[in-house]
Amino acid sequence: MSNVLELVNVRKSFDAELVLNDLSLAVPEHTATVLIGASGSGKSTLLRCINLLETIDDGQIFLDGAEISDPLINVDDVRRRLGMVFQSFNLFPHKTVLENITLSPIKVHGKSKDEANSAATALLQRFDLADKADQYPDRLSGGQQQRVAIIRSLAVNPRLLLLDEVTSALDPVLVNEVLSAVRDLKSDGMTMVLATHEMGFATQVADEVCFLESGSIVERGTAEQVLHNPQNTKTQEFLKRVHEAGRL
Amino acid sequence: MSETQNSAWSPSSREIQRRQSRRAISRKQAGIAAASSIVVLGTLALILVTSPGWETVKATFFDVQYGKEVFPTVIKGLWINLQLTFIGGAAIGVIALGLALLRTTKSPALTPFRFLATAYVDIFRGAPLILIILLVGFGVPALGLKGVSSNVIFLGTVAVVLTYSAYVAEVIRSGILSIHPSQRAAARSLGLTSGQTMRFVVLPQAIRRVVPPLLNDFVSLLKDTGLVSILGVTDAVRAAQINASRTFNYTPYVVAAILFLLITIPMTRYTDRAIRQRTSAQNSEGAI
Repeated sequence: MSNVLELVNVRKSFDAELVLNDLSLAVPEHTATVLIGASGSGKSTLLRCINLLETIDDGQIFLDGAEISDPLINVDDVRRRLGMVFQSFNLFPHKTVLENITLSPIKVHGKSKDEANSAATALLQRFDLADKADQYPDRLSGGQQQRVAIIRSLAVNPRLLLLDEVTSALDPVLVNEVLSAVRDLKSDGMTMVLATHEMGFATQVADEVCFLESGSIVERGTAEQVLHNPQNTKTQEFLKRVHEAGRL
Repeated sequence: MSETQNSAWSPSSREIQRRQSRRAISRKQAGIAAASSIVVLGTLALILVTSPGWETVKATFFDVQYGKEVFPTVIKGLWINLQLTFIGGAAIGVIALGLALLRTTKSPALTPFRFLATAYVDIFRGAPLILIILLVGFGVPALGLKGVSSNVIFLGTVAVVLTYSAYVAEVIRSGILSIHPSQRAAARSLGLTSGQTMRFVVLPQAIRRVVPPLLNDFVSLLKDTGLVSILGVTDAVRAAQINASRTFNYTPYVVAAILFLLITIPMTRYTDRAIRQRTSAQNSEGAI
């Protein structure tokens, strides 16, 4: 099993604040790596670095064995192979659901409009959103918007899908419809890196769970190991706080 | 959806009573508004027409007969203003968009153009329009350059376009800067280049957002085309001036003013409505 993504000793700071500290991670094909940790522990920054939305200060990032942290690499070319879903959806408000999904396939991947439309329609049907194709994002509920955002990132057949706290902006009922969409992708064999606060969900999809604390992975392993039998005291403290907040 | 749910519903007697009360209140308010308007406006009109100078004012500014006489020449002049507004407006739109894009680009190859665009905007936004009109209208023909038109209408238009392009560029630029960076992040993460991101994601949203201020500038543009009259262009202002200075009766100015108002008032009303619609649309946009 080859690694789709590999991070070696990645370091990133914003001004004086060290956000990622000597962080290494490998994501084999068809697996889901779940990042957990308190807000500010570096989960989102890690995802943004993988997507080259941020430039790392040291270390290396490899996508399918090729170094993408090389400044000479074509960033658009890298991003073409990655899908990213944001906490706040970031749908384009001036485009319909269908246009949101087909923009990149048509403009970036050179698909014909018919081809892109029929692929998008198939995805919308699969995620129960076929009737929303011609609506504007504003008209949709948060859960529907986030599922459209997921479809938008899927429409380019990404090699790796990055999901950044995709349910944090949603109420508990809507969380479930989004999570079930992500579970579907997992069973399709999509390679994923997710940051989440949903521990139950992490247990269901994670092949590996990484607990981040101050920019370092302090504990990693299967969901069973990290979430139910943590060895590190910091992990234990974090999970205790999550448990007290009723999120486990 | 709510209509189908409502079809079987009929208002309770309490609700019917409430509606009657509301109607009674609004009838009373309408009555008060009407009475107050009649008293205030009637008094003002009475003061105006009974004041000692009213007859002179009427003869000097509101001579209906003379107004009718000069109307054809003034409206012919107004046609020049309208042409200038629409042709100039199109040129302004194109140039301003180019300036705004140059000022927001990060492309290293365009660095000198970014500086030039900033200098351009600083100069033409800061200098009085009337100075630019004089400089271009009288200064350029004085150079005696071959191939450069000395047509005053053309030169006047150029001067107005130079100045307004700077204003409008800033409006468009502020629209571009108002689009949240998360929109750019989403577009870039889909593999769109920075150019594609600007064209398909940022600019369409930015332009929509600045339509109301642009309409505002359009109204100002129409009024400011009157300034080219100083070059001797026989627009509505100049036509009125010629007539007024011949007879020492200022009714032609009033005619020109009324004609401008007939165009600008509906335009400003429309702008206000566009702003209101924009605001309510943005409110429903929520977290974007």
